[in-house]
Amino acid sequence: MTLATAWFRSPDFVNALYIVAFTLFIIGLRGLTGPNTAVRGNKIAAVGMVIAVVATLIGEGPSGIPVINSAEDAWLILLGLVIGTAVGIPAAVKVKMTAVPQMVALFNGVGGGAVALISWAEYRHALETGGNPELQVLIPILFAAIIGSVSFWGSNIAFGKLQEILPGRPIQLPGQQFINLALLLTAIGCAIAIATGSESEGLFIGILVSAALLGNLVVLPIGGADMPVVISLLNAFTGLSAAAAGIALGNTVLIVAGMIVGASGTILTNLMAVAMNRSVPAIIAGGFGGGGGAAAAAGDDHGDRTVRSTSAQDVAIQLAFARLVVIVPGYGMAVAQAQHAVKELTRVLEGKGVEVKFGIHPVAGRMPGHMNVLLAEADVPYDQLKEMDDINPEFPRTDVTLVIGANDVTNPAAKDSPDSPIYGMPILEVDQSAATVVLKRSMGAGFAGIDNPLFYDPKTSLLFGDAKESVSEITAEVQAL
Amino acid sequence: MDLLTELAILVLSAFVGFEVISKVPNTLHTPLMSGTNAIHGIVLVGGLLVVSEVSGVLSKVLLVIAIAFGTINVIGGFLVTDRMLAMFKRKPEPVKEAVDQAETEDGK
Repeated sequence: MTLATAWFRSPDFVNALYIVAFTLFIIGLRGLTGPNTAVRGNKIAAVGMVIAVVATLIGEGPSGIPVINSAEDAWLILLGLVIGTAVGIPAAVKVKMTAVPQMVALFNGVGGGAVALISWAEYRHALETGGNPELQVLIPILFAAIIGSVSFWGSNIAFGKLQEILPGRPIQLPGQQFINLALLLTAIGCAIAIATGSESEGLFIGILVSAALLGNLVVLPIGGADMPVVISLLNAFTGLSAAAAGIALGNTVLIVAGMIVGASGTILTNLMAVAMNRSVPAIIAGGFGGGGGAAAAAGDDHGDRTVRSTSAQDVAIQLAFARLVVIVPGYGMAVAQAQHAVKELTRVLEGKGVEVKFGIHPVAGRMPGHMNVLLAEADVPYDQLKEMDDINPEFPRTDVTLVIGANDVTNPAAKDSPDSPIYGMPILEVDQSAATVVLKRSMGAGFAGIDNPLFYDPKTSLLFGDAKESVSEITAEVQAL
Repeated sequence: MDLLTELAILVLSAFVGFEVISKVPNTLHTPLMSGTNAIHGIVLVGGLLVVSEVSGVLSKVLLVIAIAFGTINVIGGFLVTDRMLAMFKRKPEPVKEAVDQAETEDGK
């Protein structure tokens, strides 16, 4: 740039704004860790984002050209921002709370896609202006291309599965592991060829395509129950790819923000995997449930295979005369949008002097905290929601446990049956309570595709039907008592 | 910026990420995932940085899409997180009443 460069365009000023931006990200994230500070934390992070974007717009690109260098560029940037806003706002505002997990997957995916596209455009630019860039720029570009592409396509498959566009059960090709390995090696091979001197856009597209196929094929065979872990992992991936792009472009705010997300996503992924007694490599290596293991586990169960179905009226009597009722919600409650009906039932029961608590499994629903979000929406107080370790000691003194559309997280096979695919997963010990009522749509297996012995327990009775209708009927019956 | 400075920033950021995040209660994991998801929308900045550098229709189109994607990531991410968090408000008073009432009725 010329001497006429305005002071606010100076890299120092822009970098100072970047420091403000990532400081706000860190403060915002710290706010997100507590229920009372979370709303503000999110807003602080959003302010940081606005500052980062504005700083970028007034500053210069990596080679010293102003970001807004011509009217044409300004229009292109505006076009991108307008399209993104026009799509992003309605998607975020209209999505139902039950569909939030897949929406997070989708937002994550477009982030990864953006990284892959940027790295592609950056490589094209390098080829047009004198060939491969130096390795410290080239390697991060190649890394960003692979990870960004995997993240984009993997997230799209995760979205498809959670949205039930694609079947939730594992889909597996013969020789899947070898195909995945071959695709990974192809992507890395193309990257190495470029890094060692080949200057070819064809090879670069080869990276993007093989990573895209890899993203598809890695997520397709993963059963729905593992999907939260996968989304979290892909979230971390997108963060890492953004950090890589930051190194390629020499941009601090990209490096810091990307890496913080990469680190947090990794932690969250591990927490979730531990809660489900699964290892991340095992999840990535292949499907879960619905396969031979589950069938065998079901076949072994030679005991009493009859279930007792019950009526709303009977359940109402059981509940109204209980001292302590624990409600265990699951994805079925989310699907039926039953959280308000559940809140109403809670209110009526409390009016009758019944103590009501909620037992929340860390991975109930489709994401950790999914149930908390829904129940909070229905104004169930935060303090009434008990985490697994707090509620498990309460089950032996619980009179009635009401399981609403939860399945795998209550499955005693996780404790008792070493053959079960979920053996070792910590569960809510619902079978310890004096009686259990399960609200269920049908006798289908849970999301993991595993049979649940709880349903055949003599202390368990089942009330079939839509969770919302069932809960409303029970509430009406309790009120009538 | 030289590579080693960038790597130093990278490593320190990783530790900041670990430290800040490892204290989150289970119940806030979904909003947190959504919030971090919004923050990696920072890739939008990457798209903005290179628009004026590249030439050719394809490169420009790729970047417009990248900017649109990044914007969706940022705006969608923060809005969804905000919607989720808006539901986490504690409402202690009505609960306390309900419990008190329940206890009175229990005692009678």
